[in-house]
Parts: sequence; C-alpha cells; structure tokens
Amino acid sequence: MDKSWAYISNYSIYVAMAIFALSFFAHAFETAFAVRAPKVADSTEGTLLTKTLDYDRTEKAARVATALMALGTIALFIGVIARGLSNGHVPWGNMYEFSITGALTFVSAYLVALRKYDLRWLGLLISFSVLLTLGTAITLLYRDSTPLVPALKSTWLVIHVIAAIISGGIFLLANVVAGAYLYLENAESKGGRPAWAHRVPQLDVLDQLSYRLVAFVFPLWTFSVIAGAIWAEAAWGRYWGWDPKETWAFITWVAYAAYLHARVTVGWRGKRAAWLCIFAGSTFLFNYVYINIWGTGKHVYSGL
Amino acid sequence: MSQIELPELGFRSLLRYIWRQLTSMRTALILLMMMGIAAIPGSLIPQRLSNPIAVRDYFAAYPERAEWYDRFSLFDVYGSSWFSAIYILLFISLIGCVLPRTIEHFHAMRAEPPATPRNLNRLEYHQVFESAGNELDLASAWLKQKRFRIRKGDRDISAEKGYLRETGNLFFHLSLILILVGVSFGSLFGLRGEAIVNVGERFINVPTSYDSLTLGKLNSNSNISPFVIEVEEFVATYNPKTNAATDYSMKVRTIEGDKVKEQLVKVNKPLTFGDTRVYLQANGYAPIVTVRDSTGSVVFQGPVTFLPQDGNLRSIGSIKVPDANPQVGFVASLLPTYERSQSDGGISVYPELLRPKLLFSVWSGDLGLDSGIPQSVYRIDTTGMSNLGLGSLSVGETFQYSGGTITLEKIIPWVNLQVVDDPGKSYALFGGIAAILGLIFSLYGRRRRIWVRLNGIQVEVAALSKNNAPGLEKEMAELVTRLKGSA
Repeated sequence: MDKSWAYISNYSIYVAMAIFALSFFAHAFETAFAVRAPKVADSTEGTLLTKTLDYDRTEKAARVATALMALGTIALFIGVIARGLSNGHVPWGNMYEFSITGALTFVSAYLVALRKYDLRWLGLLISFSVLLTLGTAITLLYRDSTPLVPALKSTWLVIHVIAAIISGGIFLLANVVAGAYLYLENAESKGGRPAWAHRVPQLDVLDQLSYRLVAFVFPLWTFSVIAGAIWAEAAWGRYWGWDPKETWAFITWVAYAAYLHARVTVGWRGKRAAWLCIFAGSTFLFNYVYINIWGTGKHVYSGL
Repeated sequence: MSQIELPELGFRSLLRYIWRQLTSMRTALILLMMMGIAAIPGSLIPQRLSNPIAVRDYFAAYPERAEWYDRFSLFDVYGSSWFSAIYILLFISLIGCVLPRTIEHFHAMRAEPPATPRNLNRLEYHQVFESAGNELDLASAWLKQKRFRIRKGDRDISAEKGYLRETGNLFFHLSLILILVGVSFGSLFGLRGEAIVNVGERFINVPTSYDSLTLGKLNSNSNISPFVIEVEEFVATYNPKTNAATDYSMKVRTIEGDKVKEQLVKVNKPLTFGDTRVYLQANGYAPIVTVRDSTGSVVFQGPVTFLPQDGNLRSIGSIKVPDANPQVGFVASLLPTYERSQSDGGISVYPELLRPKLLFSVWSGDLGLDSGIPQSVYRIDTTGMSNLGLGSLSVGETFQYSGGTITLEKIIPWVNLQVVDDPGKSYALFGGIAAILGLIFSLYGRRRRIWVRLNGIQVEVAALSKNNAPGLEKEMAELVTRLKGSA
C-alpha cells in the first residue's frame, strides 16, 4: 500500500467534488436565467402570456458548466486511478471504490454522449447525482485503502464488476429519463411544461430513449450476471447459490425482462412502461444500497 | 354412447383451453413477474441452504413466527414446492410459446418475402419520383449487395432483411431451457461434500472421508471419482492493520490413478479432477495434545480440530478421552494471539499463532459417547460430570489435574476442503453464452421490408420496419440516392 497515492486520491476526489459543485451552479444559473418573463408588448389579445426560453443569453454559462464538468471528470479520473495505485488492485474492492468508479463511468458516459447529442438539459441532474454519489461515498462509505480479500483476487473482478458498473449507470440513466417522462407527462396534461423544461425532448422521444437505453444494456447486465456465476464457480464452488446479492441481480434481470416483453410483445408505451422501468431500476438500487449495507451473504466484504 | 363421449370431449377442450391460457404471452409475463417476487423472501429471511446457523438462531429468537415461516418453506424458498411450481409453469409456458414460433420462423426463413402490397403510400416510409426505366435493376443490385432476400416481379421488387432478430430471440429463449436443464442435471447427478483435513494428513475421496456429503437424487455412490489429496502446507497471510486475510495458499500432492502432481491451491484456484473440483473453503487450528493418566501412560494423543468463532480465529473445541478411567473431557478454547480483556476474559487479537494459548476446564465422568445420542465433536455435555478445575497451556507446557496430565505439544492448521461434482455446469455455461448471443441479435437486430415498384413513368419506393427500429430513414435515403443518382 502506498500512502502518498492514497492522499493524492482523496485530495483529487475532494477537488473533483468542488468542481462538480461549481458545474452544478453554472448549470442552475444557465437554466434559471434562460427563462424570460413574457413581455407585455408581445402579447396580443387572445394569446396566453407564456414564459419563453432564450438560451443564447446563457450560452456562456452553459459552456462554462460543461467545461467544469469535464475538468471535474479529469480530477475524478485521477482520484480513481490513484486509488487503484494506492492499494495495488482495480479500484472497486469495496463500496466506496465502487461508488467513485461508478460516478466516473456515469459522468464520462454523459460527456461522450454530449459530443453527439444535445443533452445539456441533463447536466443539472447529472452534476447533482455525481455530487451526491461522491459525497455519500466519501462521508459514509470511506474506507482506508487495503489489499483485497483472497476471494476477490481474480481477473473476474475486473470483468464482472465493470460490466455491473456500466449496466447500473445506464439503468439509472434510463430511470432518470423515465422519471422525466412521468413528470412532464403529468405537467403537460395539466396545461403545459414548466418553462425550464422546454429544452427537454418531446415525450415520445423520452419514451423511446428510456427503452433504447434498457434494450442496449440488458445483454451487458446478463453478461455481468453470467460472469459473476463463472467467478462464483471458481471461488465458492457453485455458480449459483441464491446469495442475497445474486437473488436481487436475478430479480433485476427478471424485472427488465418483463419490461422488454411488455414493450416489444404487448406494446406498452408511455406511463405504464415508464413506471415498470422505474420499478426495475429500483430493484437494482435496492441491491446496491440495501444488500451492500444491511444485507448478509458472500458479497459482503470487510464491512462495506 | 354419446353420453359417454361428451365428458371426454369436454376434458379435451378443457385441456386445450388450459394449454392456450398457459402459453399466452400475458400468462408468461405474469409468471415471470411472480418468479421475481417469489425470489424476494429468500433474500430477506435466512436460508437453510446458505446459512443454517442463522435459521437456528431465528427459531430460537422467534419460535412461533419461525414455525409459521417453516410451514410455507420460507427457510428453503428456492427448493420449495411453490417456487418450483412457478418456474416449472414458466418454462412450460415458454416452451409452448417458443416451439410453435420456431417452426413458423423456420418456414418464414425459407419462404420468399411477401408480395408487394397494393397501397404503398400507407407505409412508414413512402416516396415517389420520376422513373428513368432502370430502377428495378439498380434496386435489386443494391438490395443484393446489402444481403436482402429478394422477390422479383415484372414491375416490382419486394425485399426483406433482419430474420436474425427473430432467430436470436428464439435462440435466447431456447438457451434458457438449456440453462434449466443444466441446473437440474447438476442437482440430480451432482455431489457436494466437505471434509476437514489437518495439514500433513491426506484426504481420500471415498464417502466415509467426508464430514458432510450431499448426493444428487439420481447419483449413486459409485460415481465418486477416486483421488487422494495430501495437504503438505497451508499458509494464511493477514493484513496487520485490519487483521483481514490477504491470501490463503495450500500446497498439496495429488494422486489420481498413477498421476502424482504437486499443486498450489488458492481461493480462486480450485483443484480439478475431471468433472470434480476441490475448493479451499475455510481454515482453522488443531492443537496436538497428549493426555496421560495418573500412572503416566498415554491415554490420548493427537490433533483435535477446533472451530473458529471470529475473525481472529478464537476457536472452541473439546478434547474427549474415553480411554481414561473414569472418562475425562476438556472443554476448551484456543486463542492464537492471546490477550486478556476486562470484559471478555481471554481473547485473541490476531489470527496468526503469535502467542497461542489453550484455555480449558477439565471434567470427569461419563462423556456419553455410548448413549446413542449424536454428539458434537466440538462440545461436551457436562451434565452429570464433575469439574476438576480450570487450566491454561502454552505450547510445550503440561498441566496437572487430579487423575492425570495434559500436554500441549504443538498447534497445526487444518483446512476445510469442499468437493463439488456438478456434471450439469457446462450445459448451464453453454446456455448462458448462447443466451447472451441470442439477446444481442434479438435486441440489436432490425427487421425491415423494402418495396420498389415501377408505375409507368414513376418509381414508388416504400419501406416498413418492425419494432420501430431506428435507421430506416437513412437506409432509404441511401437507396433513393442510388436510384436517382444513376438516372
């Protein structure tokens, strides 16, 4: 164990959090100040006075917000790498390391997608969730870096866990989109979107997007479960043992399988599909939070 | 006669009705969700299979509730009749769904694409432009190059692509059946056993060597493959800061037939003998003691397995000396790195043998070994025995009690070997890999149809994609450019 790497890691993560916080404020500023109150002069009889959005006014703030996001990601990247160097193994040996690596994957996925699609409407939410994840990780889940327990010393740690991290990140992203769908659907049925949400894509686009995300990552989640089974066979002498973590991975798999069938075969769309998507995503979250912290079984290592 | 035939007809149609209901998509979905929900209690209530001690504790803490739970097999969820009922129904439903579709798909793959419909303008994509006359040839060349299946008419082309989507879909569901077959095969013909072996001793793979042995329902003992494992050395290393284990490794000499090999076993590196694998599962300590009677003759000598109780390997055990007269027993605990705590008395503060100490109480009387009641090797029922006092020993020391002496010669480690023979696991693995491949094709594949028709001076192009797969617009734009470009 190298102490100095551990310090570098911790400081980088604090720095990353500060930058993400700034990015969050820049995103908030961008959205808040783009909303323009209706001008009385613009209104003619019979038209409703609605707030409009003028993103040209806040384009600079938006650029700053994205630049800060990229900078924060670099700091986080250094933090994750240094953590790995400090304990001599891939940085996902416990829940703290899993969280920082997960946050890095999540925000990197956003930045990569941003190059192709205009997803800046998600920036506020992304910077907030990353901040929340890192904050929880460093205050509640932090553990000094230690070598791995014997059962974790395997190539499968890299394969199984990275597949689980990526799947989890995308499942949660699909949940965010489904949540946005439900919120906006409700708002629209009551008269219209709030001004700040005008940039968010149309409902049917959100509906398709959450489905695409799930359909895209479902094979990877299946792979993660099967890779876990192969590893369990080598480490524990059985490939499936209904350990709580395995059971909930299975439940998540079943829930998403039901979601895909409901969409493709039965033709569910809109609200019902969004709720099912959120239900499936919460089984993943339950597995990550509840089973890791309060659960029992073979997936619980050294406290957390 | 007709009165006799009627109920039979009724019975048949009832069966047909049940079958149709069971294999409907809706039922399959409900069963799928039910299976997910049914799996939940097993993750929240301790299970006999994975944690029998927690189940025993649960019975002690909430006897009444535990009894009710037990009535519904809530301590054995995954082997319970209701859980089996759900997954068996689900798989019947799945087979009933997939088999007819496989046959249908097989015919569809060999058939030509369907004829061009009369009204193309109602389709997802539709465009009309002026004809130069050669569009059909251009279109058919392009479609061939893109590996569409083509049906060519006089004035129209109908093409289809993306059968792999349905193939992948069926392949995925069939491989789920293969996984289930693998799991059942493993549990019916498999073997799972555990044995504690002291370092320096050997394990011979025969049923009597096991401390516990579970055979699959259809496995006869004769299937046990013969091999011998000599445990030569076991080393556990610990992190001095956290006391957590960082590595376990075991050196063994294995003998299988006339093959003798030196091998190294670690947690993620089991031994393999054909289908059978041997895992390093747990470890602990066994003190070697010598007990002498008052005349000085040895009445007991050898290693005694102690059972670890915590991360620092505080271990409990009992030394039973039935050959002494009267019989003597030692109720003992072994502390690898001894320290005294104000509240708990003797404790161990590190899992290695840095300052080992054996603490015990000596009992004299009937050990109850001939009573016919099964005895724990780690405990002694001291009712009816008389206490001869307390003692403690470091390695090499001897303790004297009224009736004899006990000497702690040495402390050796033991390992718990888990032997698993699962003849179904390669089927399950193969099924798993096939399932992922099938999923990839079924979720990423795009099935679409394209039509091109000449209407005298006009060309009509139309397309339809199943499941709203993206990319149709782009593909059609490419086709239209090709058709127009050469005009």
